[in-house]
Amino acid sequence: MSDITANSPPVAAGSPPRSAPITAVGPIAWLRTNLFSGWLSTAVTLVLGYLVIRAVMGFVDWAFINAIWSVPVAPNGQAQTQACRELQGSGACWAVVTEKHRFMLFGTYPYEQHWRPALVCILFVALYIVSALKRFWNWTLVPIWIGTLTAIGVLMWGGLFGLPYVPQERWGGLPITLILATFGLAFAFPLSILVALGRRSSLPAIKVLCILYVELIRGVPLISLLFMASVMFPLFLPEGMNIDKLLRAQIAIILFAGAYLAEVVRAGLQALPKGQYEAADAMGLSYWQKTGLIILPQALRTVIPPLVNTFIGFFKDTSLVLIIGIFDLLTAGKTAIVEPSWQGFGIEVYVFVGSIYLVFCFAMSKYSAGLESDLNRHRRR
Amino acid sequence: MSDTTVDPRYRRKPPKRPLRLSWADERVRGIVWQILVVGAIGSVIWWLWSNTVHNLEVRRIATGFGFLNREAGLPIAESLIEYDPTHTYFRALLVGVLNTLKVAVVGIVLATILGTLIGIARLSKNYLVAKLSAFYVEVIRDLPLLLQLLFWYTILQGLPGPRQALQPIEGVFLSNRGMKMPALVWENAHTAAMVAFVAGIVLTWLYARQARAKQMADGQPRKVWPAAVALMAGLPVLTWQVMGAPWEIDWPALRGFNFRGGMNISPEYAALLIGLVTYTAGFIAEVVRAGILSVNQGQWEAAQALGLRHGSVLRLIVMPQALRVIIPPMTSNYLNLTKNSSLAVAIGYQDIVSIANTTLNQTGQAIEGIAIIMAVYLSISLSISLFMNWYNAKIALVER
Repeated sequence: MSDITANSPPVAAGSPPRSAPITAVGPIAWLRTNLFSGWLSTAVTLVLGYLVIRAVMGFVDWAFINAIWSVPVAPNGQAQTQACRELQGSGACWAVVTEKHRFMLFGTYPYEQHWRPALVCILFVALYIVSALKRFWNWTLVPIWIGTLTAIGVLMWGGLFGLPYVPQERWGGLPITLILATFGLAFAFPLSILVALGRRSSLPAIKVLCILYVELIRGVPLISLLFMASVMFPLFLPEGMNIDKLLRAQIAIILFAGAYLAEVVRAGLQALPKGQYEAADAMGLSYWQKTGLIILPQALRTVIPPLVNTFIGFFKDTSLVLIIGIFDLLTAGKTAIVEPSWQGFGIEVYVFVGSIYLVFCFAMSKYSAGLESDLNRHRRR
Repeated sequence: MSDTTVDPRYRRKPPKRPLRLSWADERVRGIVWQILVVGAIGSVIWWLWSNTVHNLEVRRIATGFGFLNREAGLPIAESLIEYDPTHTYFRALLVGVLNTLKVAVVGIVLATILGTLIGIARLSKNYLVAKLSAFYVEVIRDLPLLLQLLFWYTILQGLPGPRQALQPIEGVFLSNRGMKMPALVWENAHTAAMVAFVAGIVLTWLYARQARAKQMADGQPRKVWPAAVALMAGLPVLTWQVMGAPWEIDWPALRGFNFRGGMNISPEYAALLIGLVTYTAGFIAEVVRAGILSVNQGQWEAAQALGLRHGSVLRLIVMPQALRVIIPPMTSNYLNLTKNSSLAVAIGYQDIVSIANTTLNQTGQAIEGIAIIMAVYLSISLSISLFMNWYNAKIALVER
């Protein structure tokens, strides 16, 4: 082993190694193969390049150079948006974001208590990061989730530890979006596992129930479920019993997400080789031991990337509660421009709100792509 | 054939075990669990149902679908069939269904075209093309559709009013009331020409099939395109000529505060269509890309070794194989587009959800209204699934 260096190929004496020609390596070669490899490719590159540069310059002009970042506020609290209106679309009026960002992020939550929803958002992000770490992919996640969600509830409602009580009607903005998505997930995920198991069960009645549930929910749009929650649900309950609107929407979202997640989990269950089931049976494990100890740990691991993709879809779908009038991030943005002095600055507000959604979804999608390539490592050559 | 080789012992059914009434018997446990679950769910449903019946009585809300025959009195801005507020609720809901189908069908076609182009572009050898498509897909998929719809609608509403309407091409007016275009005054001759066109497509298809059968028999390729042009373009033109060649254009013109005449694409419809198409195209692009990547590299190389050009390789060798991977997720994207068209209610396009929602607010019959929405979407979803499953079975790998 040690004499391996002795067998290295002999170096030819006299001719120093020449570097490859610049048409084969280096930036010029890269340009030629990737941008200008033929007349068609060159034409496409030039046209697209021109359009991209025009678009980027136009955007920079609009968003930064011609933009107005703040406007004076009259003593009566009315913002003086005259300067913004004079731009007539040639520049962005970021003043609407400067002025209204607290409202868009936290809704009508009492102003001096805004640190509470802000802390809640940070807690949510921390919870996501912890759940994303492979080290925590075991039962310790359950107490972590329960603990964090309880802390979030205490922070939002208050009434304990000297925090003033804030009724749910005053919550709004980003915390509502995160609450709908996270609580929805926390309840829909266990539900989806049960439904997926039920759909593959040998008991006919349970199987039929699960199939009916999944197919019915997947066949109708989320809006119809949200309408059901907002106008039909009060009819279902006995007189005098009332559930608030946010919780009703949350139930609709859980039922909706449960059906979609169940199909993802079922795919994982189906992908597991039959030998695993048979081996567990041969060990004499009961159904729940087999499922909890052998099947689920393997099946769930393989479907984590599609699960994350479903979460992304589901995070975006929480914005649909706008239609039944729940005050989430998008609704808060839309409400911010109802005020007469800010009317007509919708684009700026949607860019701001959109960038928040983008940050969350982009992080999740990069994470899922990374996991996927990690799980497929054995297939790569 | 294989029957003779199977060991007869394996074909014997296991003996039936008598049912023992004990918790140790798996079948007994199964039956007990099923009774418990079905009983629990059934009693919850029964409880909700009895509450509902009681509440409906207390609040004096009528039940049943009798309201469908009453006068609707709700105005609808755009409709494919004749409609005015004196018509019945049934007709109003029918208009809603047609509006949903209008946006869904056009959306599916456009999203498929755009998505396929972007999916192929993402695999382009040109760095700029590939990166731009990747950027498009990433951004469009990470923003909520509702936000995108509101964004497009805001942009379209920011257009100048009818009096200062933009005129990109002679006769086409862009304003915050929508896009006005010149329209053909429709007559029977045009309907006949359309029928002739459809007949032309069918005949071309039959002709192409026959040509292929002949090529299979003697190996000689046959030109299909002259017959195709004659059948699909010539036949309608001929029909139209025979019927008197009517050609009268209805030009839009500004009268008072708005345009008269011509064809209009409302800003609501345009915003919904743009939003749905660009959003769904992002997902379809990924499906197409994954499908093309799933075809083994050796297939490309073998086809190139046969001397086929790049386009022919893609069309004849790669796409037929990629389609098998593409079709199932494509189906769910089509279903998603159709279901997402229900977001129309947020920007005021009157689709079935919007009209059913107004109906249930006017009549107070929430259960019937939502049942109608769900029934409509379930039947649309089911039809798309059936069609796509049929197509999937048709292109599936034929195995022995």
